[in-house]
Amino acid sequence: MTMSDSMANTETVATDRKVASSASAGTAPSLRIDGVSAAQLESVGIHAWFGERLVLENVDLVMERTKVTALIGPSGCGKSTFLRILNRMHEIVPSASLAGRVELDGDDIYDPNQRAATVRRHIGMVFQRPNPFPAMSIRDNVLAGLRFNKIRSSHKDEIVEEALVKAGLWSEVKDRQGALGGALSGGQQQRLCIARALAVKPAVLLMDEPCSALDPGSTLRIEQTIQEIAEEVTVVIVTHNMQQALRVSDKTAFFLAQDGNPGYIVEAGPTKEIFESPKDPRTADYVNGRFG
Amino acid sequence: MTNTTTTVTPIKISSKRSAEDRAFRGLARGAGLGTFVILFLIGLFLLIEAIPAFRSQGLRFFTNTGWQTTGPHPTFGVLSALTGSIIISIIGLAVAIPVSLATALFINEYAPAKVLGFVPVKNFLTAAVDLMAAVPSIIYGMWGFFVLQPHTTGLEQWLSTYLGFIPVFKSSTGLYTSSFLICGIIVGIMCMPIITSLCREVFSLTPNGEREGAMSLGASRARVIRDVVFPFAKGGVIGSIMLGLGRALGEAIAVAIIISLAFPINFHILQAGGNSIAALIALNWGSGGSLGTSALLAAGLVLFAITLIINMVASRIVNASMADRR
Ligand SMILES: Nc1ncnc2c1ncn2[C@@H]1O[C@H](COP(=O)(O)OP(=O)(O)OP(=O)(O)O)[C@@H](O)[C@H]1O
Ligand SMILES: [Mg+2]
Repeated sequence: MTMSDSMANTETVATDRKVASSASAGTAPSLRIDGVSAAQLESVGIHAWFGERLVLENVDLVMERTKVTALIGPSGCGKSTFLRILNRMHEIVPSASLAGRVELDGDDIYDPNQRAATVRRHIGMVFQRPNPFPAMSIRDNVLAGLRFNKIRSSHKDEIVEEALVKAGLWSEVKDRQGALGGALSGGQQQRLCIARALAVKPAVLLMDEPCSALDPGSTLRIEQTIQEIAEEVTVVIVTHNMQQALRVSDKTAFFLAQDGNPGYIVEAGPTKEIFESPKDPRTADYVNGRFG
Repeated sequence: MTNTTTTVTPIKISSKRSAEDRAFRGLARGAGLGTFVILFLIGLFLLIEAIPAFRSQGLRFFTNTGWQTTGPHPTFGVLSALTGSIIISIIGLAVAIPVSLATALFINEYAPAKVLGFVPVKNFLTAAVDLMAAVPSIIYGMWGFFVLQPHTTGLEQWLSTYLGFIPVFKSSTGLYTSSFLICGIIVGIMCMPIITSLCREVFSLTPNGEREGAMSLGASRARVIRDVVFPFAKGGVIGSIMLGLGRALGEAIAVAIIISLAFPINFHILQAGGNSIAALIALNWGSGGSLGTSALLAAGLVLFAITLIINMVASRIVNASMADRR
């Protein structure tokens, strides 16, 4: 790609972003994101409840821009809950509540004037189980986010191609973009979901065990994808696979919930340190597979 | 390549069934078969009983509009009753579909589970809709006659005064009671609970993963409904509408109470007087001699055939719209 090519691309994206935020402007202060590159996400004193039950206690974590942060920990310690708090998906569970702040480049995403939909459009999510829209074509799946946000674009073909290339799916589907999203294999569906999330140019991408239902080949493919996209989007990934955390992440946070107590972060830091010289013995036990 | 003609045929897998399994299977199969047998027997009964009527009128039974079954030259036909049934059903569905879809969406997507911490709005609404389905049709008929009709003449007058240039809204009699419109509204209200509760059911089956997928891309609630819930529920919604249509076509008592039977074919929905197969049968049963009874059963056969066809078409549509999910 030449320099002018990439400039042109950047411009397209920047205009699209402007359309989106002016559409959602109204009363809500639109998130102050510069549009093209990633943003830093920070949680401050996050607590979470389901009904009366406290499941997360006082979670502080900085997820630096263009870095990959891995969340690890035993089952049920609140990783998914934490991840869903980061893009306001937690609140759609009727019994769920929370306390604390989440800041995207300094803006509180839980500001009362902030629309949840706008937040989610900037902080994308890939789920554990691939969930493409089965009755939409592959192309429409990728463009769904633009449609949902009423973003008009005359560069749809480029957007589709760019997103599918980044998700590592382009070569497999470029000749059958009209096929239904549900007609792909599980691994392809997951990459389609990644493409779909990338097409709206999020500042942050949250991934909840994105490879847990996939074969080793697809897993490798997605890990490559994560490392490629991390150049322009902040990635937060939940994983049970220690090797995966080691391979893809720059920073790791170890969550733990013991004996029915709420989950919290035992230790967080550069991935290398967490795996090679953890400060807490429980972290050492966990990353070396001695419990959990 | 190996010789493909060497015969490897699939083995036939069979295994012994337990006595319990066999008994249950037989029972289920019998019940399933029974449904068909009953349906067939009803059709056969109607057909046999209708023969004298068809003998008397031939194909004119489908084109005649009058209903004269006694005297030396009986002439009768189902055409005006049939058009009446269709008109009432169309009005009924026009009333029922938007209200039902909106109610089902509200219950499923918007109604809070609880208000003030203890009023279970969602459950109340669901129960209320189901209760509406349990109200006998004669009650709706009487309500329509005594309450709805006297209170809507103003509306009807207004419609015919200002929209009278559209033929359906013209009223040449100046009477606005006992009209297709009132019947249609009542029938619509009666269809509403079926359509609402079936739609609510299918809406609630929308896969959570797809919902969350759309939300995580920044879709508003309305978007999720439009682009995820509706496409998913399409087949079920059509099916529920068809069931409602079945009820609308077959509704006798409520229509019989309200309509004043008139045999010329009438497309003026505000004007007094109309007809419908079910109401015709209900109002004329036991009069008109043996040919009269046969004629009514022939009309019943027409209704029976139409509802069967509608249901068959509906299941086709439902299957086709579900196909892209499998
Ligand atoms: N919808 C819900 N309603 C009630 N409790 C919930 C709900 N979702 C999660 N929980 C509870 O919250 C706690 C944290 O769950 P969470 O799904 O965040 O764990 P996790 O770390 O993602 O686990 P896993 O690794 O198994 O996915 C668990 O104790 C769980 O039982
Ligand atoms: Mg989880």
